[in-house]
Amino acid sequence: MQRFILRRFLQSVLLLFVLALVIFGLARVSGNPADLLLREDATQEDRAHLMRALGLDRPVHEQLYIFLAGALRGNLGDSIRYRRPATELFFERLPNTLRLLPLAMVGALAIAIPLGVLAAVYRGTIIDRVSGAVAVLGLATPSFWLGIVLIYIFSIKLGVLPSSRMGGPSHYVLPAITLGVFLVAGMMRLVRSSLLEVMGSEFVKLARLKGLSQTVVIWKHCLRNALIPVTTLFGVYFALLITGAIVTETVFAWPGVGRLTYEAVIFRDYPLLQAVILLKGIIVLGVNLGVDILYAYLDPRVRYA
Amino acid sequence: MARVEERIDVGFGPSPAAEVASRPRGDLARLPWISFFIIAVLIVVAVLAPLVAPHSPTEQSLPDKLTPPAWQEGGSTKHLLGTDILGRDVLSRLIYGARVSLIVAAAALLAGGGVGLMVGIVSGYLGGRVDSFLMRVVDATLTFPTILIALLLAVSLGQGLQTIAIAITVLIWARFARVVRGEVLAVKTRDFVALARVHGCSHLRIMAIHIVPNVLNTFMVLLTLHIGFVIIVEASLSFLGAGIPPPTPSWGQMVADGRSHIASAWWLAVVPGAAIMLVVLAFNLFGDWLRDWLDPRLRQV
Repeated sequence: MQRFILRRFLQSVLLLFVLALVIFGLARVSGNPADLLLREDATQEDRAHLMRALGLDRPVHEQLYIFLAGALRGNLGDSIRYRRPATELFFERLPNTLRLLPLAMVGALAIAIPLGVLAAVYRGTIIDRVSGAVAVLGLATPSFWLGIVLIYIFSIKLGVLPSSRMGGPSHYVLPAITLGVFLVAGMMRLVRSSLLEVMGSEFVKLARLKGLSQTVVIWKHCLRNALIPVTTLFGVYFALLITGAIVTETVFAWPGVGRLTYEAVIFRDYPLLQAVILLKGIIVLGVNLGVDILYAYLDPRVRYA
Repeated sequence: MARVEERIDVGFGPSPAAEVASRPRGDLARLPWISFFIIAVLIVVAVLAPLVAPHSPTEQSLPDKLTPPAWQEGGSTKHLLGTDILGRDVLSRLIYGARVSLIVAAAALLAGGGVGLMVGIVSGYLGGRVDSFLMRVVDATLTFPTILIALLLAVSLGQGLQTIAIAITVLIWARFARVVRGEVLAVKTRDFVALARVHGCSHLRIMAIHIVPNVLNTFMVLLTLHIGFVIIVEASLSFLGAGIPPPTPSWGQMVADGRSHIASAWWLAVVPGAAIMLVVLAFNLFGDWLRDWLDPRLRQV
């Protein structure tokens, strides 16, 4: 177990290092990074000063060292637009995103599991087809557009839900739906296919032979096992939500890290963008590492794979 | 990077893992005609844009601004789908936007699919350390939210077709590589590969002449299945201001522009978004059909 954790930990660190290299490299392939980091009204002196401060007048390997050493100390530069440390901005906004993500995740599960179970149990019938159609439609709907349509219907036409910013519980409804729909289609198909697989196994036949009712067999015996692949994908879903939040938070003017990413893109705030990406990368890799360790703990087969 | 390789079906991109029995092999009689029709119209309209579009997509006409669609009160048949805040014809912008979507999708798929195909073939054929290294990289790419890298690219390289193609390549190559590798593992054990080797063919020649044609079906199906995904990614990047720069009309950017006018002019955001949905739906259904027809084993992909 320790070896497994150590190996996975080192892998994550390596991946993070590669990400830092990519960020470092991209700022340099496009010319002088000082131009990306400076305000448009900066003077030649500012430029020369910044180049010296960042060590851009030194050889590349020394520059890399300076960048990495700064990153390790949590110094990822100042945002051009806010004129404040980028990491500070990120951690200020992070709680707002973390309030939205669980809601979206739980909501998606609440829809995807029953639909997936129904589709599997009534396989080949009209119910299966309808839930299949829901999945296909869900995959084809751009979430930025869905958010806008929801705002149009529920905020503007019906006037029952707020359209933007944070506030009371009602403010969470539309953003959570928009973000969650993103996941429903995939989860549903996964529940359906893994449930079908479990329903064909020996222990289910035994449960039926014992005379257990269909409800108990499906919901108690089958579903538990069928949900294992869904839980393994938690890390993947989390990564999808973190990226999905960029669009959702933009549509709903939600002051989280997704919206911060959008602002960084729109205002060409390169230091902010590189900080946001590196920090999101750390979070996603961390969650994946945690899920893998938990999974290895629960299922010994994984450890020795 | 958990051991979930065979099962990555996360709702983002194509991959309905249904079992073969529930839907029989597709054939010409089962061709999804509606999808086929939508795709045909899209391609014709995109190619013939200057002939089909009623107006110029960039010509502004402030007196006509915010005209609603023809069927609404105040609409006129001059602008079937209304006009935007600068008086530009929405239908014409939609038509030219179709061009952008298709060009970007084609460029991105060729680049991303090509890289994936090569990596998959090399990885599967050579096996051993090369294979395990390349598959590690594929795993890592699939777990990581690569769209962040796409945004970074757009900002550091500047917006444009090339940047988007590179960005989407980063996003999709790994999916192609994994599936193609699986195919190659099966193909390379066949007798004709051993025979070619005995005849003195080099590994390079075997990969190019003997392996590639045998994974081409799979590759074509993968390409089709990813068109919808790529169109959505392109639209999302454009929506976030990291796509094709204005004034070239693109659907994602049209939705973004219409967002602030949703209360007074719903059609500006709703119409292009509906177009994206319809087209992606058509391509996905078409891709599903093509897969059933050419390569039903891919269902589990």
